[in-house]
Amino acid sequence: MSAQPFLPDNTVEAPGKRAPLVLGGNDFASVTEKVCGIVERPRPPRAWYVAFAISSALTALLVAVVGYLFLAGIGVWGLNIPVGWGFDITTFVFWVGIGHAGTLISAILFLFRQKWRTGINRFAEAMTIFAVMCAGMFPAIHTGRPWFDYWLFPYPNQMYVWPNFRSPLLWDVFAVSTYFTVSLMFWYTGMIPDLATLRDRATTRVRKIAYGVLSLGWRGSGRHWHRYERVYLLLAALATPLVLSVHSVVSFDFAVAQLPGWHSTIFPPYFVAGAIFSGFAMVITLLVPVRAFFGLKDLVTTRHLDNMAKITLATGLMVAYAYGVEFFMAWYSGNPFERFALANRALGPYAWAFWIMIGCNVVAPQAFWFKKARTTPWMLVGVSVLINIGMWFERFVIIVSSLSRDYLPSSWGYYKPTWVELCTLAGSFGLFMTLFLLFLRFGPMIAMAEVKSVMPAAGLERGPHHGHGQYWGEIPHQHDPQKGDARP
Amino acid sequence: MSEPRAVTAAAGPRRWGYLAEFDSVDALLAAVEKVRDAGLVRFDAYAPFPVHGLDESMGLRTSRLPLVVLGGGIAGAAAALVMQWWMNAFDYRYIISGKPFFGLPVAIPITFELTILLAAVGGFLGLWVANRLPELYHPVFASARFRARATTDSFFVAVQADDPKFDAAGTRLLLEVAGARQVEEVEDE
Repeated sequence: MSAQPFLPDNTVEAPGKRAPLVLGGNDFASVTEKVCGIVERPRPPRAWYVAFAISSALTALLVAVVGYLFLAGIGVWGLNIPVGWGFDITTFVFWVGIGHAGTLISAILFLFRQKWRTGINRFAEAMTIFAVMCAGMFPAIHTGRPWFDYWLFPYPNQMYVWPNFRSPLLWDVFAVSTYFTVSLMFWYTGMIPDLATLRDRATTRVRKIAYGVLSLGWRGSGRHWHRYERVYLLLAALATPLVLSVHSVVSFDFAVAQLPGWHSTIFPPYFVAGAIFSGFAMVITLLVPVRAFFGLKDLVTTRHLDNMAKITLATGLMVAYAYGVEFFMAWYSGNPFERFALANRALGPYAWAFWIMIGCNVVAPQAFWFKKARTTPWMLVGVSVLINIGMWFERFVIIVSSLSRDYLPSSWGYYKPTWVELCTLAGSFGLFMTLFLLFLRFGPMIAMAEVKSVMPAAGLERGPHHGHGQYWGEIPHQHDPQKGDARP
Repeated sequence: MSEPRAVTAAAGPRRWGYLAEFDSVDALLAAVEKVRDAGLVRFDAYAPFPVHGLDESMGLRTSRLPLVVLGGGIAGAAAALVMQWWMNAFDYRYIISGKPFFGLPVAIPITFELTILLAAVGGFLGLWVANRLPELYHPVFASARFRARATTDSFFVAVQADDPKFDAAGTRLLLEVAGARQVEEVEDE
């Protein structure tokens, strides 16, 4: 879009100095101008229309194939005994996992006082919301009679029965719906000051009313900010264990079962690491083109990308370690069924999927050891796309290879998806991208208020104040030899 | 956000207070401290982002909202435990794979989720109740400069006329001496 000024390299570490997080000589007004300008353009750029046409066509496809599924029944999918979970649950776990990076960036990095999160958190949280929406759809449609999905919830009913709380599948209902609700509140709370900015700049009546109502009349009062920061910190503190619990509960769906290849205590941490790994890969995949396209390289800097690639690498190594431990435990347990399940995974009929997983999840992220790969946009996107593919296959391998060959060889089988399942998978990406493109068009995609709060003019260097929920508590005694700071 | 309202009341416009504009965070903090030290209590500061140390300069007491969050969490945990016990072990007992009707370890995931859920809902709703939002109209919005810049890059201090220590000339002077770029009188209907 707009020509970028020369931006200095902020990935270099200078001891005792914070690297700048906003480049290009921006001040408060230009940050507002830049972020609001994207939303206020009378028409989005042509590429947006092209992307929107494709994604909404895929969404229409999703509606069509899900409608067909409802009319014809689950038989239109390739699922049959012994494989009762296939693309549906694989894709569910995939999308829930994608969401985790958004919460990690918005909540966990907030608690760890990582100021660089301010440039990307809004974007990543939006991704969380939309990914969890896509995820929630799959368990809903994979039940044989989806019009009875409300039976999942404990409500007084004329049948006088209650759901079975001893089942991890019900825990999942609570975990995913809590996760969605809390993420939505966290996202909306964070967005209110920025919606107020859009309201104040609105020129049309529709925009004035829409942003006016959405921003609740926010006026930036110091008394409001005081409570706001308090609650934002608490929401972050609540979202942090929540995000770790969600994929743990998802993993219980498998770990609590008796099936070899599923029945494993390593699953909760293994799933959480994998979720964050895949989620960061998705953030990078989306953010690199968006920042280039909308001219946001001075707000989402190379340092942001570098940091995200480092987290991707770290969680990728955890995932690789978990793969290793699974094999070790299968061998060390001495359980012949467990040994068979893992050998079958690597060498059996689904070995092709297993080796795609290893190639994408273990080999590909090693590129991020090199700074060149962490800072070159096309390399970042390339590796991230591979990781996304690999993480989808990870869930496929765990679910399908374990189910297809369990204890009794006479009931083994081989699962193949039908065209309906392939279209549903593609359609879920369409739904995700459609929601995302609408957000880019109508919402503040960068948390302006938060970015401003980490800019030098916000007075970060003013001295130590701690413990009031202000996460930008500065390094208290910055060593600056030029000022003759006596502290070592 | 909207145009200043036409004044129709027979009594005419009532002075709501002064709105002073400041250029920087440092000027805002210095001014707020002066206003606070002058003994004024019905004042507020406005900033486009959370300003580090503003609550201390304004002399705000620590918010009690964390107690609401704690209350929500306790309510969520209690509700979840009672619900699971009552539904599966009391109201309609049925045997599933020989599992006990109620067991604490099995009840933990849902208890945890509902604890988080109600704590977060408590904080979220408590925040808006305590802040008295949504409130789409407020006298400060009558100022064109406020509407143009308060959520972008400018800082404001408002002192209300109903403050016991408010003095039409003295308070204006206080704000001007504190370094305000301009002091504006704001009216309310």
